[in-house]
Amino acid sequence: MTTIFGIPLQAFLGQLLIGLINGSFYALLSLGLAIIFGLLRVINFAHGAQYMLGAFVAWLLLSHFGIGYWPTLILAPLLVGFLGAVIERTMLRRLYSLDPLYGLLFTFGLALTVEGTFRYLYGSSGQPYATPALLAGGTNLGFMFLPIYRGWVIAFSLAVCLGTWLVIEKTKLGSYLRAATENPVLVQSFGINVPFLLTLTYGLGAALAALAGVLAAPIYQVSPLMGSNIIIIVFAVVVVGGMGSIMGAIITGYMLGVAEGLTKVFYPEASNIVIFVIMAFVLLIRPAGLFGRDA
Amino acid sequence: MTLTLELEKQKERTPVVAQTIFLGIGLALLLLAPLFFYPVFLMKILCFALFACAFNLLLGYTGLLSFGHAAFFGGAAYFTAHAVKEWGVPPELGILVGVVGAALLGAVIGFFAIRRQGIYFAMITLALAQMFYFFCLQAEFTHGEDGIQSVPRGHLFGFIDLSQSTSMYYFVLAVFVIGIGIIWRIINSPFGMILKSIRENETRAISLGYSVRNYKLAAFVMSAALTGLAGGVKALVFQFATLTDVGWQMSGEVILMTLLGGIGTLIGPLFGAGLVVTLQNYLATSEFPVTIITGLVFMACVLLFRRGIVGEFYNSRLGRRLGFEHRHKH
Repeated sequence: MTTIFGIPLQAFLGQLLIGLINGSFYALLSLGLAIIFGLLRVINFAHGAQYMLGAFVAWLLLSHFGIGYWPTLILAPLLVGFLGAVIERTMLRRLYSLDPLYGLLFTFGLALTVEGTFRYLYGSSGQPYATPALLAGGTNLGFMFLPIYRGWVIAFSLAVCLGTWLVIEKTKLGSYLRAATENPVLVQSFGINVPFLLTLTYGLGAALAALAGVLAAPIYQVSPLMGSNIIIIVFAVVVVGGMGSIMGAIITGYMLGVAEGLTKVFYPEASNIVIFVIMAFVLLIRPAGLFGRDA
Repeated sequence: MTLTLELEKQKERTPVVAQTIFLGIGLALLLLAPLFFYPVFLMKILCFALFACAFNLLLGYTGLLSFGHAAFFGGAAYFTAHAVKEWGVPPELGILVGVVGAALLGAVIGFFAIRRQGIYFAMITLALAQMFYFFCLQAEFTHGEDGIQSVPRGHLFGFIDLSQSTSMYYFVLAVFVIGIGIIWRIINSPFGMILKSIRENETRAISLGYSVRNYKLAAFVMSAALTGLAGGVKALVFQFATLTDVGWQMSGEVILMTLLGGIGTLIGPLFGAGLVVTLQNYLATSEFPVTIITGLVFMACVLLFRRGIVGEFYNSRLGRRLGFEHRHKH
């Protein structure tokens, strides 16, 4: 049997795949956090709750209305994004003039409320969500067995990440966003509706989180706790990457996912803390984060 | 000249008298409280109040939001419970083990966290505390999901039987008063003034020549140690230490208590803790999850009254006339 560093190749590649999948979610979520933070200076603690909402919307649409995976992939982000925009417009907006910590505390409260409500309504145990028929089954790559849905998650999330990056770096809307990040007052004086941009940005960030949630639904169980489990790891990812660059957030997300997967092969006991350990190391060597600009 | 000074003194006297009266009434109420309320309930409030006051030393007086204080609270509970149960040490020594353990843990987490500021500081403390949570989940001495059960309260100084809930209550009250006294002493010392200057304007504090990092780390360790005091005592009160106390929800809870009571007020967290603990006890019997209420209160506090209960009182006309001042900026 082929081995790599004394580990069977099959196990090695299997964990690499799991690492890439986790990395996809870390990348999507830290991307959304970075976009929101860039413009609003708010760390969106509710990002995990919005991810969970995405998965729950998918599950509810399927079980109550029989709406399948493909329409949901559009519907759930739209719905959660709209909800996010409403919250930004009615509440979050009032906190911009204050210390950024208040934004963190507000979204923390929001996350607790949403999570608590879903636990109250649906219990803590997970609900299964079937893999869409088109992506069911797997394919033999010769050296390993690849479930098609997992391959799809990696490819699709990569496409979404790159698409978001393109929108922000190459389009007119993106240039407004970047300009408003640098100097909102100046941008507004040019006649651009900055408050609307802020609402849009928060909605977009929430929609990205919900999209990640829909993608996650067939892989993990749909549970009210899924968001808070992942958000703390994503915070560590964000600290490692630094929130200065969109691409940085994406790359760091995938890198840390893979690092976590590989740790599972070589030293399983440490797999759930390895990202925190990496974070501590990065803080020692490069406190601003790998891609960070601010000190 | 002397006349104006004399007048100034007169003006200052009323507030001092008023504040001393307040303090006296407060202490008397705490001393008499076991006659009216269930002692374990009161002890729980006092433990969480000390926890929140210690947390407030960092948030309210140094301007650092730690999202990982559960590590020190729950960690100390484990250390004390282990020392008392497995090593058979007396309660006062067990609590000391908890305090020292929490302080060491605080030194490590603080060392990493002070490398960044603001929201990054919050995220780092949260991540490192979560790491400690996973450590507690897997470590041998914490007994994983079961926790450390039936921890003996023992005899304080060898002759005060703490298994009596009344004597336990007065012990907890004494610890609480001493803890608050220490915090009061810290924030009113030259050291505390420098902490406040860091809170108000970190850059200026650096340019004045203070090694801000060392001050922050010192504040962090002190806050962790005092949190450990609360955690250790709590382990003796409830006679167990579990994963609940090290989870991130606990870190969120202490933030809420402080916010609700009044960030940057000495006794605000006592009121915050009292309210939150009462709410939890009230809802414990119902099906309704506490987190929904907690979350809503959080949002309301941040949106509507960021000064907190005590802060709002200090800022009211009556509060000002009584000479309270609330300088924390919002």
